Amino acid sequence: MRRVVLIAVPYLWLLALFLVPFIIVLKISLSDYALSIPPYTPKLDFAAGWEGIKAFFSALDFENFTFLTTDDLYWKAYLSSVQIAAIATLCTLLVGYPIAYGMANAPDHWRPTLMMLVILPFWTSFLIRVYSWMGILSTEGYLNQLLIGMGLISEPLTILNTNTAVYIGIVYTYLPFMILPIYATLERMDASLLEAAEDLGCSRIQAFWLVTLPLSRNGIIAGCFLVFIPTIGEFVIPALLGGSDTLMIGKVLWEEFFNNRDWPVASAVAVILLLILIIPIILFQRNEQKQREAEG
Amino acid sequence: MNQSVFEPWNDPNAKPLIQFKGVTKRFGEFTAIDNQTFDIYEKEFFALLGPSGCGKTTMMRMLAGFEAPTEGQIWLDGQDIAPIPPNKRAVNMMFQSYALFPHLSVWDNIAFGLKRDGLPPDAIGDRVGEMLKLTRLEKFAKRKPHQISGGQRQRVALARSLAKAPKLLLLDEPLGALDAKLRQDTQFELMDIQETTGTTFVIVTHDQEEAMTVASRVAVMDDGRIMQADTPANIYEMPNSVYVADFIGDVTIIEGTATRNGNGYDIAFAEGQPSLHAESEIDLTDGSRAALAIRPEKVSISAEKPENTRNALQGKILDIAYLGNLSTYHVELPTGQIVKAQAANTRRLSRRSFTWEDEVWISWTDTAAVLLEA
Ligand SMILES: Nc1ncnc2c1ncn2[C@@H]1O[C@H](COP(=O)(O)OP(=O)(O)OP(=O)(O)O)[C@@H](O)[C@H]1O
Ligand SMILES: [Mg+2]
Repeated sequence: MRRVVLIAVPYLWLLALFLVPFIIVLKISLSDYALSIPPYTPKLDFAAGWEGIKAFFSALDFENFTFLTTDDLYWKAYLSSVQIAAIATLCTLLVGYPIAYGMANAPDHWRPTLMMLVILPFWTSFLIRVYSWMGILSTEGYLNQLLIGMGLISEPLTILNTNTAVYIGIVYTYLPFMILPIYATLERMDASLLEAAEDLGCSRIQAFWLVTLPLSRNGIIAGCFLVFIPTIGEFVIPALLGGSDTLMIGKVLWEEFFNNRDWPVASAVAVILLLILIIPIILFQRNEQKQREAEG
Repeated sequence: MNQSVFEPWNDPNAKPLIQFKGVTKRFGEFTAIDNQTFDIYEKEFFALLGPSGCGKTTMMRMLAGFEAPTEGQIWLDGQDIAPIPPNKRAVNMMFQSYALFPHLSVWDNIAFGLKRDGLPPDAIGDRVGEMLKLTRLEKFAKRKPHQISGGQRQRVALARSLAKAPKLLLLDEPLGALDAKLRQDTQFELMDIQETTGTTFVIVTHDQEEAMTVASRVAVMDDGRIMQADTPANIYEMPNSVYVADFIGDVTIIEGTATRNGNGYDIAFAEGQPSLHAESEIDLTDGSRAALAIRPEKVSISAEKPENTRNALQGKILDIAYLGNLSTYHVELPTGQIVKAQAANTRRLSRRSFTWEDEVWISWTDTAAVLLEA
């Protein structure tokens, strides 16, 4: 009995926080737009009993999904989101790996402090941190002031409201998600493996490519998924730092919901987004599973 | 000098392969290796023996290049090796922890060093095949290290370090995890390899018998110092200190005061006990403390007082350790001192002449015991 309860807890959690909301969104995505509160029909009418439920289900259809295919805005937004997420993930990896490597090779007594510094930004509001990037990147911002002050440029650079700003924002925000899993694998690595590699004729750099990098593969994969998955649906960063030509599905979703108030279409966009995300999520789970098996 | 005897350490013209010149290694305040000067010669099989933490691995790591001496120099082939990084040294090491690459198969682990040398794939394949055969790992070539047993892992580590046929091979407890039979086979295999390739081996072991079997010289270490480095026979028969005598094999140590008498000394070790006599070349002033080290197999045990020997003591059998072909008798003297005596079991167990609590005489010749400074 206790075991059943223990097992039931995570499933109930999943049911309440994921499945129920998802079914509601799915239901809305199958409804039609209407000028009412809430702004869609049909509404489930339990008072009408069985007939009411039947009427409700017969009124649901896939119209909104068909609509998504007729306007190329949507699939372009999906594609562009995936592309931006992929590039941003790669950038985060390139920045994060050396940091994780440095942390793992730092003297023991430094590591807790370094770890703390990586996590520290989480303790302030995400919105404030993105806003402060606006202050840094704008034409009159600190970055341009600094560069002009140093005489490196004469005209201020336009970074804010471009894709570059979005990449900077994403790399900045998601860096800890990349660093932590890579750091974890690097720190676990047995230092004598590198000695063995050197003993057998590797230079330091060769030893890194042949031993360190392959052995941190799982951390790299985990970090990339942890950055890639949430970035696809990212809204705040493209909305605040991106320009009018930054096309991301999160922004489209927001506009459908709050500018057009077309909940059914917005829900359909969300459902598709979820379906797109399921693929990398499953791959991520597989990777974790395989890693556990290899270690077990 | 006889050509057939391999004793370069006694040949003043022999050029050592490795020279430790006043090497000290400190980790912070702690001295792991204490001002050591010694030579290892080409084609030697040099065994390091000593209690845990005495600095054996540290010695190896300095040779491999993972630790630099705090003071002094290490020369390899007439050249100071301090500036040579580990990957450029003609030295391979088998790690005590094996340090196998977990992401590579057994085959790739063994091939790792060969690939770094840029050998053609055929040559690599042949060499790896040879090594797999030698260590009887053919069946496991495709497995990853976590899919094989501890003993198999140890053999992979051994094969990997042997593969490059280095000038100097460092083996840190290479056979500890193998069963007796395989261990013996591998010991002989190592000696064979040593003979055919002329590789110099430095081997760490906790197994005295192993050191005695394979080594040309055994170095007994304690607390970062080599107490004695000599042939197995000399280490056993002529230990230079109580520590070495006690560390190697079974021994009885009797302490007393020495008085010069003829070619040796008389040792008075207890009130009411006859003094013992041992021939010895060491120089002791009369009345100084000395220790006699007597191997159990050199002590005879008898029911009657033996004639013609100066070293005869009476005691009571306290314990008998049956070792199959031999039995070791622990004989307690009236003073409480225990002397070990060994006798061959030529008769069946039930007809053995001595048993517990028997009063017996133990005796040994004037040359049987080694006299040491206490
Ligand atoms: N990196 C290090 N930092 C501090 N002390 C060390 C370090 N490496 C070794 N030591 C110390 O030096 C001493 C010798 O260590 P070493 O590993 O050489 O022992 P060992 O003879 O190989 O022992 P074992 O038989 O247990 O393998 C030990 O007391 C150990 O604690
Ligand atoms: Mg050791």
